[in-house]
Amino acid sequence: MGLAAVTRGFHEHRPRLAGVAALGAGLAVLALAVPLTRERVAQAPFAAAQCLLLVVAVATFWVIPSDLTRRMRKNPLSVAGFGLIAAFVAVAILAPILAPPPATSRDPYIIPQEGFASVPTPPRPGHPFGTTEGQYDLYYGIVWGARTAFRVSILVIAIAVAIGLVVGGLSGYYGGRVDEAMMRLTDIFLAFPSLVLAVTVVAVLGRSLTNVMIAIAIVHWPIYARLLRGDILSVRGRDYVEAARAAGAGDVRIIVRHVIPNAIYPFLVLSSLDMGLIVITAAALSFLGLGPDVGYADWGTLINLSRTWILGRPGEPFAYWYVLAYPGAAIFLFVLGWNLLGDAFRDILDPRLRASG
Amino acid sequence: MAAYIARRLVMLPLVAFGVTVLIFALLSFLDPAVRAGAFITNPNQLKAIDSIIRTYGLDRPIYEQYWTWLREVFRGNLGWSQTARMPVREAIAAFFPGTLELTFYAFVPIMLIGVWLGTAAAVHRDRLVDHLSRIFSISFRSLPSFVWGLLVLMVFYGRLSWFPPGRLSLDADLFVRSGQFHAYTGLVTLDALLNGQLWIFADALRHIAGPAITLTMVSIALLVRLMRSSMLEVLNQDYVRTARSKGLAEPVVIDKHARRNALIPVITLSSYTIVSLLGGVVITETIFNFPGIGRWGAFAAQQLDIPGVTGFTMFVAALTVLGNLAADVLYVFFDPRIRLR
Repeated sequence: MGLAAVTRGFHEHRPRLAGVAALGAGLAVLALAVPLTRERVAQAPFAAAQCLLLVVAVATFWVIPSDLTRRMRKNPLSVAGFGLIAAFVAVAILAPILAPPPATSRDPYIIPQEGFASVPTPPRPGHPFGTTEGQYDLYYGIVWGARTAFRVSILVIAIAVAIGLVVGGLSGYYGGRVDEAMMRLTDIFLAFPSLVLAVTVVAVLGRSLTNVMIAIAIVHWPIYARLLRGDILSVRGRDYVEAARAAGAGDVRIIVRHVIPNAIYPFLVLSSLDMGLIVITAAALSFLGLGPDVGYADWGTLINLSRTWILGRPGEPFAYWYVLAYPGAAIFLFVLGWNLLGDAFRDILDPRLRASG
Repeated sequence: MAAYIARRLVMLPLVAFGVTVLIFALLSFLDPAVRAGAFITNPNQLKAIDSIIRTYGLDRPIYEQYWTWLREVFRGNLGWSQTARMPVREAIAAFFPGTLELTFYAFVPIMLIGVWLGTAAAVHRDRLVDHLSRIFSISFRSLPSFVWGLLVLMVFYGRLSWFPPGRLSLDADLFVRSGQFHAYTGLVTLDALLNGQLWIFADALRHIAGPAITLTMVSIALLVRLMRSSMLEVLNQDYVRTARSKGLAEPVVIDKHARRNALIPVITLSSYTIVSLLGGVVITETIFNFPGIGRWGAFAAQQLDIPGVTGFTMFVAALTVLGNLAADVLYVFFDPRIRLR
């Protein structure tokens, strides 16, 4: 794609792009015009700029007609999933503006405490979602928890994909004994229910957010390895691969130019469904008390803090509803967004599955 | 078919061997003093930890240590679990019946509701039932089991006082531990029936309902989707069209011709469902304070009871491998298209 193609595309969609530019400019003016937001934007100009960039990018993707957007428009659930995820990305980026860390804090991921009383307090001005056990502000924890959720899921997928690429690539490409050995290796890792293996790994390595990520990556890589192996096997015998080989292309070139592009879509489906699953597993580990320390902005840790309070006071069974409802809703919507998006990707990209499922 | 199953059986010890290597590789991250715990069967031995390290060669090269460890595991000595205050082997024997019972009471509703809802969704494709089942399955899939569990506890115990946590009420527990009650199987509901004590049966059922509902909610989505797609595939087959064109009534076609065939993959995959339930009990048993193997495993992990965690993990891995093997065998057994090959 040369510069000429880009300029041609720009001219073709000029009115639509003008609309996007107007939207971006309008948002920027609005953020600077309202005194309250101006103050906060001034404190974190980078976050504001990133968010503006995101809005412009998403809007551009949406207004320029393409095969993908055309199919997404026909499937309202995929739009809902896309919207949810975009909203969570925006919240994660805007965290320093939505919930500014106190001036004295060293690490913005540590939730500020308002005193040390254990009984949670209900939502009120200043604490829109209330405070949970230990007076941690729920709103702050949920906003910064969105960053934690993205960090955990993206890092875990990156590690799992890297291992999966190596193992699956070797296995599918060389076949025979290599394949057999690699597949038995995945069998061993798949011999555990995922949460059980993750619990063991964290118990042995010690409890921390990093070890939670390592544990989940150890649990998740075999799925990617198997997916990639299957894809390579299915394209290996194809004519165009044989042709490329006859033309003198090396192994690496064939894998990079022919195999990976063909495997990319199932990969997208799997990883977007996996994003939700990873966040659930990470939160489950935090819930079991194997995650980061209490006070770290993490949805699972917040839900763990709610456990003592969900039965309420005598006569008022739902007195402390907010300690479970807000973090529970955050994690539900996040996972729902990825699941909707993953299901929709699958329907869009694989018509065969659409017919049967 | 025999060759396929034989191949799987040959692979079985290989995978089991790999599982022990993996567990031991994890253990080797630990300090020798912590690892010595795996060889302790009696709390008094804790005082002589240095001599245990030397006796079991925990200062020796890693492959030697592996063989020593493996020998002990094969003898059934999995070490002393500090959280259970008994040897790991006894702890597994003590906690597993509760988990088995819970799995059963979640598995039955999952199969019944899943098959019914999946059939309804496929028969009325793109109608209200189908859309509702899709919305339910994606929402249930998206809500983590611990949030579900806490909501169930909040509503059914906090508000309605129907399903209390734990395994039995105090008076029922005292009666079960007394001489008047004979524990035949360790499964409390079954034992209560065998003893003719209906009130204990009712009490045990009330306690098991909460975790069983939670597990059902979390695991049912997969089965509904599987049943739906399997049913849709069968409804497109020639023999269903033939049955319809013969003039058979629609309910007969659906019940006798379509559903029976659509059940094949669902039945074979049911052992996967059991395996996923075994993973799910870690969370649900912890929330409902239900004394099963999952709550013990989670507690052992929190308290750094390493022999407990590894024993629990290896036991669950063994069950998973057997469950997956059962699924493969059932699949070959039920599907004549594969058998003939």
